[in-house]
Amino acid sequence: MKFYLGRRNTILLVLFVIFAIIAVRLFTIQIIDKQYRETAGNNALKYVTIYPARGRILDRYGNTIVENKITYDIMVTPRQVSEFDTLAICEIFGLEPSFVQERFASYNANDRKIGFGSMPFLKQVSSEQYNAFAEKAFLFPGFDAVARTARVYPVNAGGNLIGYVSEVDRDYIEAHPEYRSGDYAGKTGLERAYEKRLSGEKGYTVYYRDARGRIKGRYEDGALDKEAVAGGDITTTIDAGLQAYGETLMRNKVGSVVAIEPSTGEILTLISSPGIDVSQLAEINKYYKEISENPYNPMFNRTVQSAQPPGSVFKLVNGLIGLQEGVLKRDTRYPCSRGYTFGKIHVGCHGHPSPINLPQSIAMSCNAYYCYVLRSIMDNRKYDNIEEAFNKWRDYVTSFGFGHKLGSDVPYELGGNVPTVNTYNKLHGKGRWKSLSIISLSIGQGELGCTPLHLANLCATIANRGWFYTPHMIKGDGRYPLDSAYTVRNYTMVDTTYFPLIVEGMNMSVYGDGGTSHVAQVPGVNMCGKTGTAQNPHGDDHSVFICFAPRDNPKIAVAAYIENGGFGATWAAPIASLIVEKYLNGEIADGTRKDLETRVKNGYLLNKVPVKKRKK
Amino acid sequence: MNGRRNSYRNLDWTLIVSWLVLVLFGWINIYSVLHTEGSIIFDISQKYGMHFIWICISVTAAFFIIRVIPAGFWQSFSWIAYGGAILLLMATLVLGISSHGSQSWIQIGSFRLQPAEFSKIATALALSTVMSKYGFTLKNMSNILKVAALLLLPMALILLEKETGSVLVYIGFLIVLYREGMSGWIISIGFLIVLEFILTIITSPYVAMVVGIGIFLLIYFFKEDRYLLGLLVTALSMVLLGFFPKLLAIDAVAAVNPFPAEIWVAVIAGAVSIFFILRFTIRFARRKFERNAFIVLLCGILFVLSVQFFYNKVLQDHQRNRIDVFLGLVDDPKGIGYNLNQSKIAIGSGGMFGKGFLNGTQTSLGYVPEQETDFIFCTIGEEWGFVGALLVLALYLTIIGRIVVLADKAKFAYTRIFGYCVAMCIALHVVINIGMTIGLMPVIGIPLPFLSYGGSALLAFSVMLAIFIKLEFDGRKV
Repeated sequence: MKFYLGRRNTILLVLFVIFAIIAVRLFTIQIIDKQYRETAGNNALKYVTIYPARGRILDRYGNTIVENKITYDIMVTPRQVSEFDTLAICEIFGLEPSFVQERFASYNANDRKIGFGSMPFLKQVSSEQYNAFAEKAFLFPGFDAVARTARVYPVNAGGNLIGYVSEVDRDYIEAHPEYRSGDYAGKTGLERAYEKRLSGEKGYTVYYRDARGRIKGRYEDGALDKEAVAGGDITTTIDAGLQAYGETLMRNKVGSVVAIEPSTGEILTLISSPGIDVSQLAEINKYYKEISENPYNPMFNRTVQSAQPPGSVFKLVNGLIGLQEGVLKRDTRYPCSRGYTFGKIHVGCHGHPSPINLPQSIAMSCNAYYCYVLRSIMDNRKYDNIEEAFNKWRDYVTSFGFGHKLGSDVPYELGGNVPTVNTYNKLHGKGRWKSLSIISLSIGQGELGCTPLHLANLCATIANRGWFYTPHMIKGDGRYPLDSAYTVRNYTMVDTTYFPLIVEGMNMSVYGDGGTSHVAQVPGVNMCGKTGTAQNPHGDDHSVFICFAPRDNPKIAVAAYIENGGFGATWAAPIASLIVEKYLNGEIADGTRKDLETRVKNGYLLNKVPVKKRKK
Repeated sequence: MNGRRNSYRNLDWTLIVSWLVLVLFGWINIYSVLHTEGSIIFDISQKYGMHFIWICISVTAAFFIIRVIPAGFWQSFSWIAYGGAILLLMATLVLGISSHGSQSWIQIGSFRLQPAEFSKIATALALSTVMSKYGFTLKNMSNILKVAALLLLPMALILLEKETGSVLVYIGFLIVLYREGMSGWIISIGFLIVLEFILTIITSPYVAMVVGIGIFLLIYFFKEDRYLLGLLVTALSMVLLGFFPKLLAIDAVAAVNPFPAEIWVAVIAGAVSIFFILRFTIRFARRKFERNAFIVLLCGILFVLSVQFFYNKVLQDHQRNRIDVFLGLVDDPKGIGYNLNQSKIAIGSGGMFGKGFLNGTQTSLGYVPEQETDFIFCTIGEEWGFVGALLVLALYLTIIGRIVVLADKAKFAYTRIFGYCVAMCIALHVVINIGMTIGLMPVIGIPLPFLSYGGSALLAFSVMLAIFIKLEFDGRKV
């Protein structure tokens, strides 16, 4: 008997204990813990988001290049919509009735998911349409409008540079959990780079609802409301006028122009052509297909994403390395008989006096000279073998910023390419290559890939006689001081004492006998320049030019890269020099300079650019 | 004639009234979840109207069982019911309708039935029949096999329907077996396995082992009535084991120590157990309890190590994630944990007295899914508050406790066993369902007896209860 009683009571006791635990737990959740009651409020309350105005973007002189206008998003709460006049809605917003039907069909399909939530019905309607809607809003229960801002671009320039803002998609939200569906974010350019500063903070108004989901009024008179904080303005280093002028020069050409203030590393203009027109930026979704189907790929920011061989401008780098390595002096003379020939290797050159010294070699852009220079670097007895010499050379080159990202604030910057020992070991086999095998590096061809930003930075480095600040587009201010990455001088591995020799050569290139850059002469400005003509397997040579001015205390360094433009002096040099002239003199001198400007503006090179068939 | 009719006053009205109160309370709460402006609770185009029809059917069925069907019918009917239930479960597997990832419905005309609900009654009837045979004892191997087969067959079929929750409810029958003489160790060891599994994952294998060793020591000494010594030894070893990882963490020790703490403990405790197992087998062969205790200890340690290995090395990320969310290790308010979070919010928002009938915002705005079925307790918590929830708990405790007390007193073994089956079945449902809504249990979809929307469950529970009332009443009369 005792046995059975024991088991029954054990069971009852355990049962009672479990029920007691449940009761205690209920007591904690319902009476003690306030957390659940507050979150419950969350559900019964309706948070209506107030979107902040996005910050403006100003140029270096304080001119506005991007600002806002007010637009409206029409929202709908499907469960509160009763019978309404579909045609009236269509008339106000210029819609097809089928559009409205489709929308509501999808709301019905997702009824459980939406619950009493609101869904966007139409986005970015104009103020006129909003006013028409507001007058008749009482006819459309369940519809309401939320004020948003849209971007406006007072200056017609810098589409790629500014970048666009668009609604966040699922991938973006996954990467940035602080965003919610319906938010907007900068996707490219400055809008992307300074999204945090520009976006501001969302606010909300809290309403409370009854058990049927109807809004009963402001919750506790707005005690929980949060005001939106408008986004901050940013001041950029861009010269809006120069940017716009440069874009007119680049019309109908494919390529880039980058101008930097050497003493600060500030980017003055950043042109990628063809670019996105600012008129398309605000409604990028509408034009996205059109833009992405353009064979010249306007979405592609060539200034930082197009890594190409630099051509002859790279001779400056090899010259500097030769000087530092002690294998080259100012008066080292090499012969040139329309090129350099060694065994089966032949590197051609144009007709010019021979033999010549270092500054002359820059001025006349002699190919043979730099074949000798590169061989003297690579075959230096100082090094046990070519690999060691090559690695040293590579270290020099990368110290100029080549072969890796500079770390600018231009989004999607690419690092370009400087070959490594491995590149050639794979190409020729280990121990089976010598200085002659890599001779094209001497004149900036071969396996080199540099972005126009790299070239502009090289030019700024020479202008500064041996150092550079990492290029950037943002100005520092009291609240947001400049990132320390932009305030530290980067020195190359070449002593600053060797740079004046190179500068002398670049100056001779513009003014000296036989110089290749005479077209870049600007009245009243002491210009230094270097042409480049980059061979490429896809058609005509690319026209390359870098220049800075004035020679002493340079104010501007420019790199121009015109794809399939032929000689450096044909298109790149005129364009870069006109940029310098516009920036330093404010206007283009009458006479030959005006004529040059007209020729450039009318130049049409698109037919020379090979168009790759792009996959649909 | 007159005397017999009056005798119906002697029915157990406590059970009947509690049952009716719960059923009606469930109905108005379902209405509260689903009603819209101006709707009528009897509108049979709506779920609450349908539920009313099911209530009528259940009350009628109960009336028939108590007034018309003789008590003796059930014992003779039990095998037919069991066979029918098994056939129905099989049919469901073939013809059934899928919903929410499980295939457990069968359509008859416009009614949908869930055979799993009725299989519980049939199993209870069959189990009572088998076990109430004169001279039945669970010490006999063929009896054990019979009972095991009886329980495992419907469990396997329900598992194939992917109704995991309903399978869990069959644990209730284990408690019935315990009442009928099965060793309590079986349930205890089952409980220990679950405990060690959870501890290994939510804390660490080391903690799981230390807790296991502590439980082992306590039981080992208490069984020999050496309470003081047991407490002392346990406390001492717990303190020592508590400091052991700290010792290993000292730099000088860590530099030469090749194994983590749990491996040391596993190796030492394992060696000790093997030593004692051999000793008790060879020298003190009669001391079976001691030997078995050490075997359990050894198996426990191996179990913890294999759980750790299985969890870390064998399971894939998404499987691990399911377990983690299950055990509340990771917050996942939008995914698997969504229901749970919303349900806790709804109940928590009720406060002491609730928001009042029809005034629950969480409930009616559709934040809690499955609100009218598995999560009906949320509505009670939200609209009727702590007081309402406690009243419901009290009613359940009354029903379960009353059945247990009455069953235990019953003259016939059949009535007793069936009564325990009914009580434990209801108890398991209530504990799992309410435990789930307040975050004490993982989210398992089973209905709350008498309260949840769903005709099959309501009818099944009502019939079960009515049969017991009839059996108990009839037993007293004779």
